[in-house]
Amino acid sequence: MGLSELAGGFADALTPINLLFALIGVVLGTAVGVLPGIGPAMTVALLLPATYVLEPTSALIMFAGIYYGGMYGGSTTSILLNTPGESSSIMTALEGNKMAKAGRGAAALATAAIGSFVAGTIATLLLALVAPTIVDLAVGITAADYFALTVLAFVAVATILGSSPLRGLAALGVGLYLGLVGTDVLTGQERFTVGVPQLSDGIDVVVVAVGLFAVGEALYVASRLRRGPVEVMAVSGHYLTKQDLRRSWKPWLRGTALGFPFGAMPAGGAEIPTFLSYAAERRLTKHPEEFGKGAIEGVAGPEAANNAAAAGVLVPLLTLGIPTSATAAILLTAFQGYGIQPGPTLLTTESTLVWTLIASLFIGNVMLLVLNLPLAGVWVKVLRIPRPYLYAGILLFASLGCYAVNADPFDLALLLLVGVLGFFMRRYGWPVAPAVVGLILGPIAETNLRRALAISSGDLTVLVDTWFSRIVLFLALAALVVPIVLRVVRGPRSSPEELQEGAPLRHHEPAHVAGDDREGTS
Amino acid sequence: MSSGPGSVVVVGYVPNPRGHAALGHALAECRRRGARLVVVNNSRGDALVDPDYVQGEALDELRAELDRSGIPFELRQPVRGRDVAEELAAAAEETGAELVVIGLRRRSAVGKLLMGSAAQRILLDVDCPVLAVKGAPVGE
Repeated sequence: MGLSELAGGFADALTPINLLFALIGVVLGTAVGVLPGIGPAMTVALLLPATYVLEPTSALIMFAGIYYGGMYGGSTTSILLNTPGESSSIMTALEGNKMAKAGRGAAALATAAIGSFVAGTIATLLLALVAPTIVDLAVGITAADYFALTVLAFVAVATILGSSPLRGLAALGVGLYLGLVGTDVLTGQERFTVGVPQLSDGIDVVVVAVGLFAVGEALYVASRLRRGPVEVMAVSGHYLTKQDLRRSWKPWLRGTALGFPFGAMPAGGAEIPTFLSYAAERRLTKHPEEFGKGAIEGVAGPEAANNAAAAGVLVPLLTLGIPTSATAAILLTAFQGYGIQPGPTLLTTESTLVWTLIASLFIGNVMLLVLNLPLAGVWVKVLRIPRPYLYAGILLFASLGCYAVNADPFDLALLLLVGVLGFFMRRYGWPVAPAVVGLILGPIAETNLRRALAISSGDLTVLVDTWFSRIVLFLALAALVVPIVLRVVRGPRSSPEELQEGAPLRHHEPAHVAGDDREGTS
Repeated sequence: MSSGPGSVVVVGYVPNPRGHAALGHALAECRRRGARLVVVNNSRGDALVDPDYVQGEALDELRAELDRSGIPFELRQPVRGRDVAEELAAAAEETGAELVVIGLRRRSAVGKLLMGSAAQRILLDVDCPVLAVKGAPVGE
């Protein structure tokens, strides 16, 4: 099954240099996870230029560490500040902050960190076991099937995760459009280049991703710079007591069971399983009176689901080359930067790289547990950095990174332009994640669509020729229609902004709750 | 909140021993002068977390302490992107304060070299007399 390869992966991941990059990754990831508005997607985008100098293995180990670290850091902010650092931590904030207020902050942090560790480890193990099987299944799929999968990923990222399906689709459209700019590979025609020679190679993904995430976020923060500081709960009370542990281990496992499949589906993402896990724990608990006042199950379950889903998202990324979250999309770009195209062949062609990466995820998880459990108070200090310094640093990195791509000042102008676009997307509540997924997955979808149509000589029925593509396209249609119908029938979802403003934390039925529309930005 | 004719003492408060010392002296001065007290606790508001900004339980405790003193007081918590020197000078000017009380922090030689001193800015910016204290008043 892959366990022997995994052992080989450990041998490669345990070299001092790879351990160092894993450590850098998890430290950076935790720091950016703690900071609301700055997330793993932005950080990996800012560090993409590092791929020019680093070995693929080292760079990807670091990026994976950032990805996992962001999940841990987010829970610290949720629990101690009631300010979810990222959308998938919203559910943790519900009960976690109440626990901290009741003087049980240490227990909440502990159950979140250990739950993340348990879930991350089990889910990474599942990833290692499932990936080879999925690759075996995926080898036989046709270009049309692959196109259907990308459609499903597009629709799911746009409609399920966002607060508004229409805005999600609009943002997806923006990303797909930006992905089209450049020279068409098959016919050599220029598309949307408006006569600018620099655009004939297309807009570099680094420029768009850094512009949307870093510059857009910096402009947005600058536009509403002064806000009253929020209160930090002290890390008080005991770490897990025996009773806490008894009440936590089942939610950890249930959260993992919910999170991994949701993350692994091409319609993945960590938000929905955290909502589902919270709802499940609320129903199954023996202490229903504590829910809403700081129930430990309500922290343990969603936090485990969050991390399990994060590992699950790597399944479609590594086996099919389909990213289902903003961070996964940027990771895909990192692979492409090395001339590696994730897909069914990745496990055979880049076997060492993949298994080293997976092994490093286990190691990263251990590091994160050690870093986060005793040091939560230290991480909170990161939040004292004045925003002007923080964002000045981010903008500097953003400009350097973009200039490094082609050493062409034109890219800096483009960066600013995309940054302004990112600002207005945030200002009007357009999620950034679908735009990034559209930008990166769009060209892959187009290639497969045209390959399929070329084989069938332009006959569109080839797209629904196999049962596989029929089912996947049907799911995509459902993902498009169901959220809109639910919205019409049951009214809008509660937004994370309401939660952050300390409004009563409303909990809707899981079927139509969804997370932050700024998945990738947080 | 109370207002009325008469003199005003302005105190810069931060939730630590230094701020408490300043508050103690300010209360004593108010008693002596029959003045009302304006407590200024500000944040530049440019970081997500500012430990010097009083809120939550600490805020309730501060209010309770001021209530117990029996001295009419006003608590101001401006978040306008200005630093403490500017806010104190503004409050002193606006209320026509006859005294501003601040707490001084002990600083090492390196600290003096590296950091701009808020206390120095206050001494230069505020027109009325400034009482700078290092510890709580004797007898408290």
